[in-house]
Amino acid sequence: MGVVGVNLPHPFFWDNKKMKRDDQIQLVDEKQLSRMNRRELLKLVPLIAMGAIAIPSLNEKLIKRGLQLGDRAAEKFFSEQRLAQTFSNRDVTPFEKFPVNSYSDYDPANDLANWKLTVEGMVARPGDYTMEQINALPKQVQNVKHICIEGWDVIGNFGGVRLADFLQFVGADSAARFIEVGCLDDYYSSYDIASCVHPQTLLCYEMYGKPLTAAHGAPLRIHMPVKLGYKSAKYVYSIRVSNVLRKEKGFWEDQGYSWYGGI
Amino acid sequence: MAMTKSGLAVQTVEAEIKGKRERFSREHPWLVRFTHWLNAISLVVMTMSGLQIYMAFPSFGEKIPQKDFLHVPEAIRLGGWLGGALQWHLSFAWLFTLTGIAYVSYLLASSHWRQVILQPKELRGIWPMAKHYFFFQAKPEQTEPYNPLQKLAYTSTIGFGIAAVVTGVLLYKPAQLAPLVYWLGGFGLIRLYHFAAMIGFLSFIPGHLVMVALHGWNNFYSMLTGWKRNPDYLR
Repeated sequence: MGVVGVNLPHPFFWDNKKMKRDDQIQLVDEKQLSRMNRRELLKLVPLIAMGAIAIPSLNEKLIKRGLQLGDRAAEKFFSEQRLAQTFSNRDVTPFEKFPVNSYSDYDPANDLANWKLTVEGMVARPGDYTMEQINALPKQVQNVKHICIEGWDVIGNFGGVRLADFLQFVGADSAARFIEVGCLDDYYSSYDIASCVHPQTLLCYEMYGKPLTAAHGAPLRIHMPVKLGYKSAKYVYSIRVSNVLRKEKGFWEDQGYSWYGGI
Repeated sequence: MAMTKSGLAVQTVEAEIKGKRERFSREHPWLVRFTHWLNAISLVVMTMSGLQIYMAFPSFGEKIPQKDFLHVPEAIRLGGWLGGALQWHLSFAWLFTLTGIAYVSYLLASSHWRQVILQPKELRGIWPMAKHYFFFQAKPEQTEPYNPLQKLAYTSTIGFGIAAVVTGVLLYKPAQLAPLVYWLGGFGLIRLYHFAAMIGFLSFIPGHLVMVALHGWNNFYSMLTGWKRNPDYLR
């Protein structure tokens, strides 16, 4: 009952036998007919629940949950072994064509002389780290994609120390779950530790073989080819290793962008 | 149960209404009707939020220099800004995908696909039907719930839906799925495919709504109850 079928056998068709038995037109009276219609209409009643999406206070919560659902799934599937694609020097977008999405008109010039990276939280050696100390760690240079949440993408050349190496250098607790960064232009963001120790995640101090320019986050930025561009924070001056995220999770994240931001 | 010319068995009942014998065929199973209406909702949300997302970078070219491809009026956008639109889009992407999976699985598991999917032998029937609709020529005999032109529309819409989901997933996780992204020509091109899939899917809607309006209440009601009164192919 209830299935439009065919008299030819079908591998998955569960109603074949029943159909052959019923191979005639059923007679019903008007009462039965309206009962049939009513029964079928009732089956669609759950659709009314979809009306909830028209109520702002409900749909706001709903779509935030929906976004988190994707993030949680992505976090499950994330693997530190799965690398983002790397490109040859020939494919790299020219430096002049590497877009700058500044969120403020901050100029790092005055801060460069006294710049230090403050490390705190669940680390064995908290304190201030200088550029010389960071430069002394093994350097990694890579041509990777930089994909913006707006929908454009470029291939950039990034150089720096693996964040994983730096975290080891400062003695980060292996039980830590998050990293929070503060930026001199008042930008801020936070990350899951798995993405931070991904071998292509850099504490980046060079782009295109030269120290970071003012527009690109001098003197130090994060670069993560496994996350969207807004996760690659510029002008980084503090790193906090933690187990619990603060209420402020990120400049854009607090306004509604995905916290995970993985791609 | 009645049989159409091509051998499609349709559950049929007969009833006497005001002294007249009327036939009713069960055209749309419950799952088809349910997913149809769910899909109607998520399609509106996906399109409007997608257009809002697109306005953050309304181009298919380079970022520098940026050449805008089109401006979408605010009235047909949803979410208010990029972040809000992404919340709508990525939430309803689940609904759109799950609805699609449920519907396509049903088509495959039952034999309902014979009613909907265009088969090679029916290709010949498309042109006469198009001539009837667009050039007002005689209507070919209706022997099936759906004529070949309808089947072409429904079948290609399923294709566009699958294309929209696949390209959407690639845009969502381009680094995790890098080999596939590379093989299909890169992130920028996949954005264009995603847009094209939307256009393809939407191109079905105006014709669909016009036909529904022309065919009136009986036809519309069948997408609510599943039962269609006195369809041509049962006469």
